[in-house]
Amino acid sequence: MQTGNQDTPFNKEFNKRLKRRYNAERRFKRLGLLAIFIALGFLAFLLSTVISNGYSAFRQTFIQLDIFFEKSYFPNEDLARADYQTIIKSTLREQFPEVTSRQDKQLLYSLVSNGAAFKLMNMVVKNPKLINTRQLVWVPANDDIDMLMKDKIDMSQPESDRRIKDKVFSWVETLASNGRITMKFNTTFFTSGDSREPELAGILGAAKGSFYTLLITLLLSFPIGVAAAIYLEEFAPDNRASAFIEVNINNLAAVPSIIFGLLGLAIFINFWGIPRSTPLVGGLVLTLMTLPTIIIASRASLKSVPPSIREAALGIGASKIQTVFHHVLPLAMPGMLTGTIIGMAQALGETAPLLMIGMVAFIVDIPGSITDPSAVLPVQIYLWADSPERAFTEKTSAAILVLLAFLVVMNAAAVLLRKKFEIKW
Amino acid sequence: MSHLAETIQAPIQTTPAHDSSVKTSTDLHGKVGKTIGTPFVDDPRMTCRDVDVFYGEAQAINKVGIDVGCNEVLAMIGPSGCGKSTFLRCLNRMNDTVASCRVEGEITLDGVDIYHPDIDVVPLRARVGMVFQKPNPFPKSIYDNIAYGPRIHGLTGTKGELDEIVEISLKKAGLWEEVKDRLAEPGTGLSGGQQQRLCIARAIAVGPEVILMDEPCSALDPIATAKVEELIAELRTQYSIVIVTHAMQQAARVSQRTAYFHLGSLVEVGSTKQIFTNPRHHLTEDYITGRFG
Ligand SMILES: Nc1ncnc2c1ncn2[C@@H]1O[C@H](COP(=O)(O)OP(=O)(O)OP(=O)(O)O)[C@@H](O)[C@H]1O
Ligand SMILES: [Mg+2]
Repeated sequence: MQTGNQDTPFNKEFNKRLKRRYNAERRFKRLGLLAIFIALGFLAFLLSTVISNGYSAFRQTFIQLDIFFEKSYFPNEDLARADYQTIIKSTLREQFPEVTSRQDKQLLYSLVSNGAAFKLMNMVVKNPKLINTRQLVWVPANDDIDMLMKDKIDMSQPESDRRIKDKVFSWVETLASNGRITMKFNTTFFTSGDSREPELAGILGAAKGSFYTLLITLLLSFPIGVAAAIYLEEFAPDNRASAFIEVNINNLAAVPSIIFGLLGLAIFINFWGIPRSTPLVGGLVLTLMTLPTIIIASRASLKSVPPSIREAALGIGASKIQTVFHHVLPLAMPGMLTGTIIGMAQALGETAPLLMIGMVAFIVDIPGSITDPSAVLPVQIYLWADSPERAFTEKTSAAILVLLAFLVVMNAAAVLLRKKFEIKW
Repeated sequence: MSHLAETIQAPIQTTPAHDSSVKTSTDLHGKVGKTIGTPFVDDPRMTCRDVDVFYGEAQAINKVGIDVGCNEVLAMIGPSGCGKSTFLRCLNRMNDTVASCRVEGEITLDGVDIYHPDIDVVPLRARVGMVFQKPNPFPKSIYDNIAYGPRIHGLTGTKGELDEIVEISLKKAGLWEEVKDRLAEPGTGLSGGQQQRLCIARAIAVGPEVILMDEPCSALDPIATAKVEELIAELRTQYSIVIVTHAMQQAARVSQRTAYFHLGSLVEVGSTKQIFTNPRHHLTEDYITGRFG
């Protein structure tokens, strides 16, 4: 080899070409970096929007009421049926004696949420000794007050255009100066189901619904998918029937998800009679949807196991099934898990097929089992995004954050599992 | 390969040699006539008669008949693609795993036809072990690599017995001293030569009668090769060994008998000494003198 500083014609030509090659390499690197930065930029933009819109939903405004649980409010045995709304109303009137007109009273009552009555009821039912005592109670404020406290209402607009009238604003100022209004961590958001009232709406119902639905999906699609992949890859005879099945599975992966919803409606609900809107039927539909993904990924990872391992096992007299389960499957497991987690992530975010099976219904109760009607996270996001109240905007973003948290947890679990199964070569 | 192509196209020129009278010639299609030499032995462990192997329509092995004696090393040599591996893999029915492969003829182990429908390949492969070209230990610990076979065949009841089998197998494979302190480490962490001896130990652990080796040293350096060759010489006292090799010196060093394959036919079988010093077929002579292959 000649060295570069010798100026022979060959070297000139060679150096020129070398330079071109390096330039091409640099160009490609820059392009790649650019692509990554663009992707990261979009991600950062998305996350920052969601977080800046959603973080305020994790705090909520409470108003302190000085309540006297007068005996006369509890005429009968059943404490749950007392008229707590009246107690709250009279307390408010007591606190603001200057309010007299009927209209103003209605405005005054709207300071606190409808949920306040439930809170009082729970307190009294739990502890009947409260009757005939005076208590300081923090009750949730109405969503408009909450928005006001979060600076989301523009008070510079003309009074007729805003949801907070000047009177209400002055009451809130009075409450604030007495230290009777404050922001606290919003436990309601994490402990209750959906509600028409934004300040009472929570994500737990949808989160549990998603959890149950995904549980069903995972329990069904992982074993079925892996078993199907193993059969097709290792045991199926190499004939037309197998080829036909293979083509169909690949096609299924490309079918629009809403079709699976229609199928689920026709088979699971109308034919099998599984109750609609339940995680059970949702899980079944999502199983249909994720199966092709899992099967394809599992087959690819089975294929990538070196044949020498199979030969080694067969060569010392392991049966086919021993070879597969003792040697091939452990090596293919990480790839299978990756495929499964991709499928599950898809299933978690899937909305369209669930709309077809009634999971879009407004459901307040938190599902206790897989046969209780429930919402799921993406559908909940869709429902809230569709609601007119200003306060649901931040709930929507907060729900998206919860969904993302779900995804992160699932991915982390997958990474851990993969680490556990991964075998160093 | 290019030499091989020439031989097929151009008429074979018989090389003038010491006793040209017995030299047979190939016909126009490159087909070889009857095997010459001594393919059969008095006390065979395995016998093969009229074995044909097809991959789909293509015939890879053509009417091969040969015996594997007890306590001998039989070397199989021949140009690339002549069917050595294919034939070797018939002896423990590894070819069953190739869907297009069809074996005809009769192969027996201790007088029993191994292709008989009643024969179960699982115990057969325990009796006829195999060592592959590329060392292929399981991605498990050294201990588990050896213990796996005995475990699945239920050869042992207790942990103690299993430990003993592992130790004996590793000792027989000449690997015990090197790995006895690191049995829990992955077998894939060993050097290439150690891995190959681990694979031999793994085959020994299930108590085979015959060990098939397909170019066991082609991925190893000369020192590791020497160790494996030494090991083969020792193992011969207990097992029958069939070894495929491309290294002529290796065949000469380790084997008692040598078989020369050409284009799917068995051309010549004889004692290793005779094959390498006085080949009777001109194809054998061309091959071992390096004229092609
Ligand atoms: N799985 C297979 N499917 C189809 N044809 C095959 C298969 N395996 C081998 N063959 C063909 O059978 C013939 C013999 O192959 P084989 O591997 O036995 O040769 P070999 O003598 O071992 O060669 P080498 O010395 O290169 O390993 C070749 O023509 C090969 O192309
Ligand atoms: Mg070969």
